[in-house]
Amino acid sequence: MAKQEKQAIDVDRVDKIVARHASREGALLPVLKEVQDLVGYLPEEALKRVALGLGLSLSRVYGVATFYSLFYTTPKGKYVVRVCESAPCHVQGAPEVIAAIERELGVPFGETTPDGRFTLEMVSCLGVCGVAPAVMVEDRVYGNLTPETVIAVLQEYR
Amino acid sequence: MRLFRAHVLVCAGTNCSLKSNKAVQDRLVREVERRGLADEIKVVETGCFGLCEQGPTVVVYPEGVLYCRVTPDDVPELVEEHLLKGRRLDRLLYREEVPAAGAAVSAGPKAFQTVPEMNFFRGQVRIVLRNCGIIDPESIEEYIANGGYEALGKAITAMTPAAVVEEVKASGLRGRGGAGFPAGLKWEFAAKAKGDTKYIVCNADEGEPGTFKDRLILEGDPHAIIEGMALAAYAIGATQGYVYIRGEYGLSIDRLQKAINRAKEMKLLGRGIFGSKFDFDIEIRTGAGAYICGEETALFESLEGGRGEPRLKPPYPTDSGLFGKPTAINNVETLASVAQIIANGAKWYRGFGTERSPGTKVFTLTGDIVNEGLIEVPMGITLREIIFGIGGGVPNGRSFKMAQSGGTSGGCLPAALLDVPMDYDELAKAGAALGSGALLIMDDTHCIVDIARVFARFFMHESCGKCVPCREGTFRLHEFVENATKGKATPQDLQTVHALARTMALASLCPLGQAAPVPLLSTLQYFRDEYDQHINEKRCPTGTCRGLATPAKALSAAGKGA
Ligand SMILES: Cc1cc2nc3c(=O)[nH]c(=O)nc-3n(C[C@H](O)[C@H](O)[C@H](O)COP(=O)(O)O)c2cc1C
Ligand code: FES
Repeated sequence: MAKQEKQAIDVDRVDKIVARHASREGALLPVLKEVQDLVGYLPEEALKRVALGLGLSLSRVYGVATFYSLFYTTPKGKYVVRVCESAPCHVQGAPEVIAAIERELGVPFGETTPDGRFTLEMVSCLGVCGVAPAVMVEDRVYGNLTPETVIAVLQEYR
Repeated sequence: MRLFRAHVLVCAGTNCSLKSNKAVQDRLVREVERRGLADEIKVVETGCFGLCEQGPTVVVYPEGVLYCRVTPDDVPELVEEHLLKGRRLDRLLYREEVPAAGAAVSAGPKAFQTVPEMNFFRGQVRIVLRNCGIIDPESIEEYIANGGYEALGKAITAMTPAAVVEEVKASGLRGRGGAGFPAGLKWEFAAKAKGDTKYIVCNADEGEPGTFKDRLILEGDPHAIIEGMALAAYAIGATQGYVYIRGEYGLSIDRLQKAINRAKEMKLLGRGIFGSKFDFDIEIRTGAGAYICGEETALFESLEGGRGEPRLKPPYPTDSGLFGKPTAINNVETLASVAQIIANGAKWYRGFGTERSPGTKVFTLTGDIVNEGLIEVPMGITLREIIFGIGGGVPNGRSFKMAQSGGTSGGCLPAALLDVPMDYDELAKAGAALGSGALLIMDDTHCIVDIARVFARFFMHESCGKCVPCREGTFRLHEFVENATKGKATPQDLQTVHALARTMALASLCPLGQAAPVPLLSTLQYFRDEYDQHINEKRCPTGTCRGLATPAKALSAAGKGA
């Protein structure tokens, strides 16, 4: 994940990603996605290379990178914890689960734990409301959570 | 082909995969082999069965016996009892009546029923979901064996594109993504639009809270979407299709990509399909986390590589859509209905549903309802039949308070409107919407003002910020409801909210801002008392809003579950 966040980015590899997609229509989103998978987030340096490579203005690339919630322009924690706050999860007990997560991680939503392990986010419906309340840790979804089970889930990532 | 004595179907939908279905399946395969039954019994991974709350589910055919909440450790006993000795494993059977929390599970007379007998399935008509939970979604052969790609073959070899458009028009199929626009008419506009390059886009961005039908259709029957898109492309004269799937739907993306690859290998996609001159290909694009990208023009912007902000209409997508070309964009469920319509004819399709909303609709049941999950019913069935028939009612002995139809963008219906027929027009009259088919059920322990705050927060977060009425309006609506939950709202605020809601409905650029006040206004219309208690008396009858007084009388009344 966020392997190289403190170091300079690997410009060559970013350029290669750009080159591979450059001829596609609407390449920007797929490119940003791959660059983020490589770097861990989208630092200014990388955005500049992408803009240059795709022949777009930096402002356009930056505008896109900041529009979508799955893109990050600042370093994120090793694991992003996405907590669903939409109505079906709310009705099924999300507020208690959310309180438990906040207590366990000790940071408010939108922030990263001091050890850089978890970034805590509130998101809208994850599309698994049949097993609400739900939480996503990186790519994995967890459902039917209670204040107790969600702590157990987080501890798997400790 | 080998004949098996029994088939054991394991749900592999996302909801069940959260509950170790994979481990159950692996254990089943191992156990069947260990006992030398591999030649007689086949273990099949299928799409979602619908009973998500009861997962992981396993169904044994030919009898159609449904087992619920199966764990890997249950597997040896299940194989021993059912598959070797031919006895049902009582303790894992699906129970129509769910015992109250804490009460002992008793195997009463109603406890056991086979799948076709269950209330949950009896009320359903499965057209879109006909393969979900029945076939292996990763096997194109099983899809074909169940009549798949017949409609496409029929259309390409025996029907003109115009005839396909006519058939879909005659079926009365309306868009299942929310707005309910007639699909055939949309295709006709796209077919008649000028231009050589046209596109068909499948909207799989599914972000409406409470909705997970498209995900489970994609996971359970991906070829139905490919076939529907190919039919649409043939009808309008497109050679390229895109599926825009939200980035969080990993399994959907995976299954659909595999299905596309298989269809290409079998020459059901690509050049010269069915030996004709018709070429068609499909590419998947993934979203990056923005609810607004489900709005069709915002989706085009995103697909083109921009910020997902809606465009002004007109021009409509059928004239100028993706990359400025004529485009027909349809929801997953709409497209998944098409092959069945072409195969069986418009008249057959009209045999289901109502005059103005023909066919069936897939609903997702969430909240305080026994059978949380996925169902498909004829249009026009009442809300009561869905909730108390198929859905099994409200659990834990509580009473029904309200149902929100159409996701967070939809209106809230009180008990007095339980008999409203579920179709586009009747729901609109009641101030709600059919929308995406999400149904959120709430019991009497929940506070209306509190849930309205959650609705308002959703719109505040998801407004894309392009137009002022929506960007500022959603913020103010949230502020009002939040204040109400803290006892800080005034009667004067109520008038302001109504004026603001009117402005947002009139002046917002896209339906997000136009619809944002809908849930709030519907709760104000049907549950005005509860707002008055919060605003005038500074108390919350359910005790949800901390910091406000809770009258003991109200609490005990709620406790009895009146
Ligand atoms: C804010 C907003 C979000 C939407 N999200 C979706 C969605 O996730 N999926 C979808 O199919 N339609 C969505 N729609 C509706 C689409 O704009 C469009 O009407 C639909 O894709 C057309 O397909 P249909 O006619 O088959 O329903 C959304 C609309 C709005 C205003
Ligand atoms: S509401 Fe939480 S997953 Fe849908």
